[in-house]
Amino acid sequence: MSAFYVMIITSLFIAVAFLSAFIWSVRKGHYDDDYTPSIRILLDEPVSEKSTRKDK
Amino acid sequence: MNVLNEDRKQETAARHICYHCGEECREEIIIADGHEFCCNGCFNVYDILKESDLCGYYAVEGATGISPDKAYFNGKYDYLELPEVSGKIIEFTDHQLSRVNWHIPGMHCSSCIWLLEQLYKFNPAVRSSVVNFPEKKVRITFETEKIRLSELAALISRIGYEPYISLNDLGDRQIKKWNRTRLYKIGIAGFCFGNIMMLSFPEYFHLGNTGSDQNLRVTFGFLNLALSIPVLLYCAGDFFKSAWSALKGKYLNIDAPIVLALLSIFGLSLYQILSGTGPGYFDSLTGAVFFMLTGRFFQDKTYDGISFDRDYKSYFPVGVSVLKDGTEARTPITGLAPGDIVLVRNAELIPADAVLLSPEAWIDYSFVSGEAEPVSRKKGDTVYAGGKQTGTAIQLEVLRKVSQSYLTQLWNNDAFSREKEDQNKTLSARINRYFSVIVLIIATVTFLIWYFVKKDPETAFRAFTTCLLVACPCGLLFSSTFTNGNILSLFGINRCYPKNADAVECLSHIDTVVFDKTGTITRSEEADVQFVGKELSEDELVIIRTVAAQSSHPLSRMIVGNLGHIQLSKRSLGNYAEVSGAGIEVLWGKQEIRLGSAAWVGAPSENSNDLSFSRVYVSMDQVVLGYFAIRVQYRDNLPEAISALQKCGFKTFLLSGDKPADQPFLSGVFGNEAMLHFNRKPDEKLEFIKTLQNRENRNVLMIGDGLNDAGALRQSNVGMAVSDDTGNFSPSCDMIMEGRQLSRLPAFIRLARSGQKIIKASFAVSVIYNILGLFFAIGGKLSPVLAAILMPVSLITIVAFTTAASNLAASRIFRD
Repeated sequence: MSAFYVMIITSLFIAVAFLSAFIWSVRKGHYDDDYTPSIRILLDEPVSEKSTRKDK
Repeated sequence: MNVLNEDRKQETAARHICYHCGEECREEIIIADGHEFCCNGCFNVYDILKESDLCGYYAVEGATGISPDKAYFNGKYDYLELPEVSGKIIEFTDHQLSRVNWHIPGMHCSSCIWLLEQLYKFNPAVRSSVVNFPEKKVRITFETEKIRLSELAALISRIGYEPYISLNDLGDRQIKKWNRTRLYKIGIAGFCFGNIMMLSFPEYFHLGNTGSDQNLRVTFGFLNLALSIPVLLYCAGDFFKSAWSALKGKYLNIDAPIVLALLSIFGLSLYQILSGTGPGYFDSLTGAVFFMLTGRFFQDKTYDGISFDRDYKSYFPVGVSVLKDGTEARTPITGLAPGDIVLVRNAELIPADAVLLSPEAWIDYSFVSGEAEPVSRKKGDTVYAGGKQTGTAIQLEVLRKVSQSYLTQLWNNDAFSREKEDQNKTLSARINRYFSVIVLIIATVTFLIWYFVKKDPETAFRAFTTCLLVACPCGLLFSSTFTNGNILSLFGINRCYPKNADAVECLSHIDTVVFDKTGTITRSEEADVQFVGKELSEDELVIIRTVAAQSSHPLSRMIVGNLGHIQLSKRSLGNYAEVSGAGIEVLWGKQEIRLGSAAWVGAPSENSNDLSFSRVYVSMDQVVLGYFAIRVQYRDNLPEAISALQKCGFKTFLLSGDKPADQPFLSGVFGNEAMLHFNRKPDEKLEFIKTLQNRENRNVLMIGDGLNDAGALRQSNVGMAVSDDTGNFSPSCDMIMEGRQLSRLPAFIRLARSGQKIIKASFAVSVIYNILGLFFAIGGKLSPVLAAILMPVSLITIVAFTTAASNLAASRIFRD
């Protein structure tokens, strides 16, 4: 049964890793806005006629 | 007879839609590049977009631009350069790059996101701009050296998105922080809950009863204890705080039973672990916290989504014009000191108690007292903060510094509408106050019976905690909040703007509808206007239109609309005065111009029998030039709307301050002549409403334009102001409705009534839920985790039910 102790510690570590990933993403602001990114991806970059991508 | 409206008629025959803002062009039309624009502002925005090669804006689906703020003037944002202001507004700076996060109330569609995120095309000094649409915010990073804060504000104002800058932006950052904290708490509670459940598996399946597993069992118990401590101390912290602050105020709120339940579960579990008598109920404890936090998060999200955000602070001129040595400078409102001389323009608010230095001012205290008539103040008089200047700009010397919070409080107080709102609030407060006490009594009695009579301590503890957890007053408390909130936004979609949820509730009790005439059931923009008198020169027409444009009276607006082809003069006017029921007077250079009734301009009042039109006389330097004969046009579908109201059992009245014009037509619409009341002065209108309410015990809806019937609007159970441009805000009314929607009035009342039915239904659902829940809890048949799950589930059911039911009702009512 001693294997249990190792497994419990491992499982707790994995869970803590996920928890810290969640906290990190909240801290980085991933959950501040759950609407705009879904719109932004559908909007095209304006295609300029005057300056045809010479700056790239 | 001078006929002016020939070409006007031809213009309105074909509708002109502004290419930029999508509104109908009402005045001068500007044509450029084959597109039509309603005003210079819209054209300028188009021009700016074209210059920066951003015409793709118009290709985004549903794109309608915003007409830029007309009140913009050069130097409006100069106060942003003041270090104490910029320090509060700039979020981050390293002296090369700075970042601001501005609230843009005008943002409304996906093309707004597109345009605001292309800011770098307008000015390369803008490094990036990122929009947060739900919060209506844009976060702009810019190069401090190359663009100043005031220039940045002017840039986005110019393309139509005026930032709303308030010195309370700091408070906003706290909201965001709090939002994140809430997510951390949910995350941690979920983490602990999940792990405790896993460690409790042996208990669930009655494993580990053999002696060799005893060590594991103890380890699991202590691990659970360790995992539950952060949940109790950190995640559930808000419950403790709220219960404690209510307790200090000597009453029990909803959180009190929850806190008691959590503490009793924790105490019992702690005892079991330490004494080795059992595994404890840590899974229930953490589960309860996790589900309740999730429920509250959901509840707040929904509430934010439907809440009617009328921020009273937005009426404040945050920057104040201060005169120093004859030059004007902008200062933040908090920087005002006694002795400062401030300049208050037309329609601006007086920021502090002050002494008037200009010869005369007309101050509208409607925000403070609800009295909409401006009062006259002479040089040397004291004027109080919160008044609104009407007329030309005035100078004031500040007497006392006034805190922004005082001004905000003034608005929120709304002394004039409090009595109407009372009944509903006390119901919620009463439920809130007694619910917790009743639940505590039930739980205690249950506990005592199980413990002493049935001698079953374990069930006693379980019944006690589940009673406390399962009883949820949320359904009772929030069924009206959520239903009314949703109905409020449904009203808004249909262009009727109630002041708050209580106004909707009052609307459902209405049985009598009283209409004002001019500007309410008549169309203010379109009327048959003819000038009778001497031939007017171009210059005189410019003068008349400019003077009339100063007033918001419906007749003045009709004249302005009729003289659409005449350019407005930009010159400033002296001694502007408007006397309600008489007319307006102004100095044009040295010429005295008067518009108004015959008596006002000094014309012989003709006692003609032709009452089918209103007259507005014009005089210049006491010479009467003639009068505008204005034949009003009634709104479309008016007879249908009123007969629909009558069919539903409403009593309808007409209450007009005018002469009895169009009597045959109106008596046909309103049933008979007894329903028509003409020649009523503002105070007589108020008396009329009072009589209806007191003698006949009626709930009166008064519909007016909010100008000369403010008293009647306030007296009525629901005062509705009809406005053709929603910027015209009269604080004494409970609702503002767009003029064109008047024919849908019966539908609005029907929607308000179905709202009441929905509230009653969800109230019943929630009562049944509580009784059932308590029934099982008292019997000790409910596990604490299940109780903790049921609580947010009941809330979600209520929210889903009220939202779905009110949306369904609205779609049925507004389908036709």
